[in-house]
Amino acid sequence: MGIEVSLEGKEIVYKRPKALTDAVTHYCPGCGHGTAHRLIAEIVDELGIQGTTVGVAPVGCSVFAYNYFDLDMQQAAHGRACAVATALKRLMPDKYVFTYQGDGDLAGIGGNETLHACNRGENITIVFINNAIYGMTGGQMAPTTLIGQKTTTSPYGRTTNEGNPIRMCELITTLPGVRYVERVAVNTAPRVRKAKAALLKAFKNQQENKGTSFIEIVSNCPSNWKMTPLASNKWIDDAMIPYFPLGVFKDQ
Amino acid sequence: MAKGLGAVVVDIPRCKGCSLCVAACPTKTLALSRNINQKGFNYAEMAEDTCTGCGICSTMCPDAVLTVYRAKKPKAE
Ligand SMILES: Cc1ncc(C[n+]2csc(CCOP(=O)(O)OP(=O)(O)O)c2C)c(N)n1
Ligand code: SF4
Repeated sequence: MGIEVSLEGKEIVYKRPKALTDAVTHYCPGCGHGTAHRLIAEIVDELGIQGTTVGVAPVGCSVFAYNYFDLDMQQAAHGRACAVATALKRLMPDKYVFTYQGDGDLAGIGGNETLHACNRGENITIVFINNAIYGMTGGQMAPTTLIGQKTTTSPYGRTTNEGNPIRMCELITTLPGVRYVERVAVNTAPRVRKAKAALLKAFKNQQENKGTSFIEIVSNCPSNWKMTPLASNKWIDDAMIPYFPLGVFKDQ
Repeated sequence: MAKGLGAVVVDIPRCKGCSLCVAACPTKTLALSRNINQKGFNYAEMAEDTCTGCGICSTMCPDAVLTVYRAKKPKAE
């Protein structure tokens, strides 16, 4: 049993954000999807935009994001979140519109929609969860799977025969329509704070209508990486970040 | 830091026992319980009265199960 501690004379310094529903997520223990959801919800609370934000959920582990965010949400066909967000934002320019997508969704099947939405400079916020794998479907190779990384469809490790892992931030940065690009991670507390600051900026950018904001969150998939949550967070340091460097790629 | 400046309240049914908070806590206040919740997870709990209310645990929690408390600052005269 844990210890009993009195709360008298103490005040709340952190509590669950209002923009999350009461639902318990189906995410695996320690999965970064939960952390990313929490950060978006905290930002929505802080900006006071719960009633004016519309999210677009992808296909992937985060397909049920609409059950977890207490926001207006739209589910898109696999990879099409940026196209759906384009329509939402153009029809309702006063709303904050964001997509939330995994690497299979955003960089794989939806690569085309993503690039063209960015090239058009749609005034939306794209939140890209890069966990280097297809989580939902059982750990197949993704466009961002690292060379040598074992997945169910690259059991001996990915080779360049399947192409090199795509660095989406670097690719997106070249498009003039894009205003802000940053890659962050959620495997340590200081990085989580940085990730939140980046997301906050990416949401605020929509107030100025100056192009697309793209935030890549390097995240973990303990289940399909076949690691404990702690080991998966360490693997982000050891393997992911050397190939996917963190930082701001563009800020105009 | 003096003892008992802070406290963490765990929303037990929601906790998945990932232990990210336990590892992140700089004062080793948290541990996974020997008991399990409704979902069968060994949930996080305060094991020591050493919490400073820094909130690093809640920064790492993917499931937003932690409410963090800190001693109120004495009002300036
Ligand atoms: C048109 C179509 N093709 C394929 C699938 C199967 N499918 C579901 S999720 C997914 C990939 C998900 O991976 P990712 O986007 O990386 O998200 P994660 O689950 O890792 O969060 C695939 C290929 C589908 N649902 N629809
Ligand atoms: S399969 Fe991977 S990405 Fe999906 S919820 Fe589990 S840990 Fe997260």
